[in-house]
Amino acid sequence: MNKLKTIDRSVRRNFLTYAIVIVAYVLLQLLSSARGFSPTLRGQLVPICAYVVMALSLNLTVGILGELSLGHAGFMSVGAFSGAIAASALQAAVPSPGARLAIAMLIGAIFAGIVGTIISVPVLRLNGDYLAIVTLAFGQIIKSLIENLYVGVDDAGLHFSFLKPSITLAQGGRMILNGPMGIPNITKISTFLAGFILILITLVIIFNLVRSRAGRAIMALRDNRIAAESVGINVTKYKMMAFVTSAALAGAAGALFALGQNTIVAAKFDFNTSILILVFVVLGGLGNMLGSIIAAAALTILPEALRGFADYRMLIYAIVLILVMLGTNSPQLKAMLQKLLPGKKREEV
Amino acid sequence: MMTFLTHLINGISLGSVYAIIALGYTMVYGIAKMLNFAHGDVIMVGAYVCFFAVSSYHLPPVLGVVIAMLLCTALGMLIERLAYKPLRQAASLAVLITAIGVSYFLQNGAQLLWGSNNKMFPDILPGDGIALFGGELHISVATIVTILACIIIMLALTWFTGNTRMGKAMRAVSEDKGAAQLMGINVNTTISVTFAIGSALAAIAGVLYMSSYPILVPTTGSMPGIKAFTAAVFGGIGSIPGALLGGVLLGVIEIFAGAYISTQLANAIVFLVLIIVLLVKPTGLLGKKIREKV
Amino acid sequence: MKKTLAILLALVLCVGLFAGCGGSKPAASDGKTASASIKIGGIGPLTGGAAIYGNAAKNGATIAVEEINALGGLQFELRYEDDAHDAEKSVNAYNTLKGWGMQVFLGSVTSTPCVATSVEANGDHIFLLTPSASSTDVLGGIANPLTGTIDIPRKDTVFQMCFVDPNQGSASAQYIADQKLGTKIAIIYKNDDVYSTGVYNSFAPKAAELGLNIVSTTTFTEDTKTDFSVQLNDAKSAGADLVFLPMYYDAAALILTQANAMGYAPKWFGIDGMDGILSVDGFNTALAEGVMLLTPFNADSTDARTKSFVEKYQAAYGEIPNQFAADGYDCVYAIYNALNAAGVKDASKSASELCDILIGQFTSMSYDGLTGEGMTWGKDGAVTKSPKGMFIQNGVYVGMD
Repeated sequence: MNKLKTIDRSVRRNFLTYAIVIVAYVLLQLLSSARGFSPTLRGQLVPICAYVVMALSLNLTVGILGELSLGHAGFMSVGAFSGAIAASALQAAVPSPGARLAIAMLIGAIFAGIVGTIISVPVLRLNGDYLAIVTLAFGQIIKSLIENLYVGVDDAGLHFSFLKPSITLAQGGRMILNGPMGIPNITKISTFLAGFILILITLVIIFNLVRSRAGRAIMALRDNRIAAESVGINVTKYKMMAFVTSAALAGAAGALFALGQNTIVAAKFDFNTSILILVFVVLGGLGNMLGSIIAAAALTILPEALRGFADYRMLIYAIVLILVMLGTNSPQLKAMLQKLLPGKKREEV
Repeated sequence: MMTFLTHLINGISLGSVYAIIALGYTMVYGIAKMLNFAHGDVIMVGAYVCFFAVSSYHLPPVLGVVIAMLLCTALGMLIERLAYKPLRQAASLAVLITAIGVSYFLQNGAQLLWGSNNKMFPDILPGDGIALFGGELHISVATIVTILACIIIMLALTWFTGNTRMGKAMRAVSEDKGAAQLMGINVNTTISVTFAIGSALAAIAGVLYMSSYPILVPTTGSMPGIKAFTAAVFGGIGSIPGALLGGVLLGVIEIFAGAYISTQLANAIVFLVLIIVLLVKPTGLLGKKIREKV
Repeated sequence: MKKTLAILLALVLCVGLFAGCGGSKPAASDGKTASASIKIGGIGPLTGGAAIYGNAAKNGATIAVEEINALGGLQFELRYEDDAHDAEKSVNAYNTLKGWGMQVFLGSVTSTPCVATSVEANGDHIFLLTPSASSTDVLGGIANPLTGTIDIPRKDTVFQMCFVDPNQGSASAQYIADQKLGTKIAIIYKNDDVYSTGVYNSFAPKAAELGLNIVSTTTFTEDTKTDFSVQLNDAKSAGADLVFLPMYYDAAALILTQANAMGYAPKWFGIDGMDGILSVDGFNTALAEGVMLLTPFNADSTDARTKSFVEKYQAAYGEIPNQFAADGYDCVYAIYNALNAAGVKDASKSASELCDILIGQFTSMSYDGLTGEGMTWGKDGAVTKSPKGMFIQNGVYVGMD
């Protein structure tokens, strides 16, 4: 009976998540066409969607699988560059921007998935903070590699070179990726609608994975690996499933992000970006998808909204971050809050 | 051969700076079981304090170091008391994020207080150093002092954790917080003292780091922080000799990779070696094997 | 769990409130004539690792605006926003400025962010004059030196106050060859920096063309910009007697210090990014003795305008201005001169109208500033001014000629 009830609750929560996302989309879509709507926020709609998907996908690794990853921006980077190169190369072949974006996101997801598979082999043999440092290391390696990669395109197709920009292009060819200078001329084709659809797809994938047999196996691994192993759960298979799915979703988010920017450089997707996404996940609550969505959106808007404080902006951002962490995690402060808000008492499950 | 030796010495010199920072990291991790991402920024604060003491107030360098140590110790304990202590019972990830918040806070606070302009750290270790093989091999004073300081600190820490009451308490807390408390050890005080020691080490690390690489900006601490964290894991996080070994090896690999393979890929190679080492020794070079209990 | 959500929701609401405030202001001031001064917006890294450049440009521009407003007549209102040297944040900052009602844009201070904001400004038809974003990708329409292809079309509203990177690279190679400064040349450049790589990419082919003997080429990155022993040893063991340093002065100061510690004393040759090395707090200027650089600005100049600028800057910010500050100052004055010449008297014209006026003026006028006499701009947006060859003697710049 009890079990039924919990399942019921999780289904309800999933639907609530979908509903909130859809309502938020419709509201923002309506508002953004209004005249008084902040142009800053309008420009941020696509990046917010990308960060939301990043947070959701990282939550799959950290919250559901229970492994700390400090290199998630690496997958975003792979997706961003592969997606943006694909979109640039296909500019003539696929004239419809929507179709091109879809292809780019798919390619971003596939490439990030492949990299995720390669990385998962060493990563998943380790535990705890050792695993975390290896993901950090991979993030740094991916950044270094892309910083030394040069890609050009002409009628014969794509040309690559590594370390040195030694590419000769036929007449009418052009460079797409210039090593450390990144891709300087992206045609923006990402839209808020595409971002919204990607968020929905991500939610569907994650919720279905979590509610499936595989998802229960993954969570069993998180809660007690040895017990799970002893009842015959294949550790490597399920860990890999969660890790690679997470990487592929991050790749799609990367492509969405890149195609919403004028330019991207590899240095953008560094350790700090990985950490930023981890902050979204922890702040939103481990395993709590709705929390990740709200935290990603709020923390992406927050630094922009604080511009009025001028020089003190990032200082205030840091203080807000610390206070929110203390407020949501410290037992004393929690107790204090409970006294202030008596109505909330019963909700602690 | 001579270039090889030069690279080796440069590597050890760079590595011993990483090692000193890693010692602070590893101390805090071992006892509080938290990745203190703000450690690198405490280094930066220590360097600034010493810079102002020596450059602006014309104090002797030794006094500058002492003041930096005192202030950093106070700062470290204050951070621990305000930001980390309320989260003692919380998930380790929550503490990690708080540490990141503290790191942002220190960086931006430093910029507001001291400006974003570069400061050139004064040469507090003057002298010509040692010239070997008819001047072909040159070792600077900063290198010698850094390596010596690193070894002394490691020995002192090993002695401290092995022989003093407080050191033993630290080891007990790191083994099992609950059991230590039952044995009458004040866990909070122990953790506080650990932070104090870690931060004092950070101040020394800051000054030594600046003696070799003297450009000081508010973000000075972040990259060495990450590298030192890597070094600590490399050597086996929580292990004091491991931090020294990890730091030195990391520095040597970084220099050799740049010298013999590619300066563009030096960083990637360092991290690749780290991954390979962790695959062979999953808990670092000198890390304790953790036996999983069922 | 739910409490977390509640707090987050509250946070979102607060943020929404702020965002709402930000959004409602421009709507009110949309009626163009309301404000008496022309709104000039600028973006730069005011926080983070590149903060030094952004703050310098901002401070320089602020001094210029104060001087101009004190003169009476045409009035300016300056607002600088932070981008932390990140293209995404720079576009956010641009949108904020647009919402504020910006009429003339000083661009982003650093190259990568400016590549992004220049696309936006060009799309919105807002005039952009960047003080220091020197990459060719900022202007567009300039051939990639590596492949000879034009990868980005010209952005018509975008102009630069600083030299475009390739000009510096080829000018340096030319200068070294003409003056026969070195027989064996080493290059150290910052691989992940647009500015440094841009200069290197045009220096290398030009040097090859002129028959310069390059014996060592090494790089570093943002993550490895502390230890230069490998690069210096490579140059030293190759017997290089001149080392070319296309980079900013913070890294250059470290290189000079470390070379001194290892007893290596070649000739050093830098570009405009090297300027400022003498004013680093606590830098031992003896180390920079004999360093040569091509720079448009010299804080020790005896020129009256420069002197007064340096004095004002020191009084206000307690530092000696570097070339970013001078570029920021020049940008504001160039715009002021252009508007005056076109007879613009108040802020009644829209950003788009001002843009057409300024493009017309900039492609035809000549401007004398702190960073050069008789500067002119072509339709490609690049500035023409002659870099001065300088070398450092007894801690001050001396003209090289």
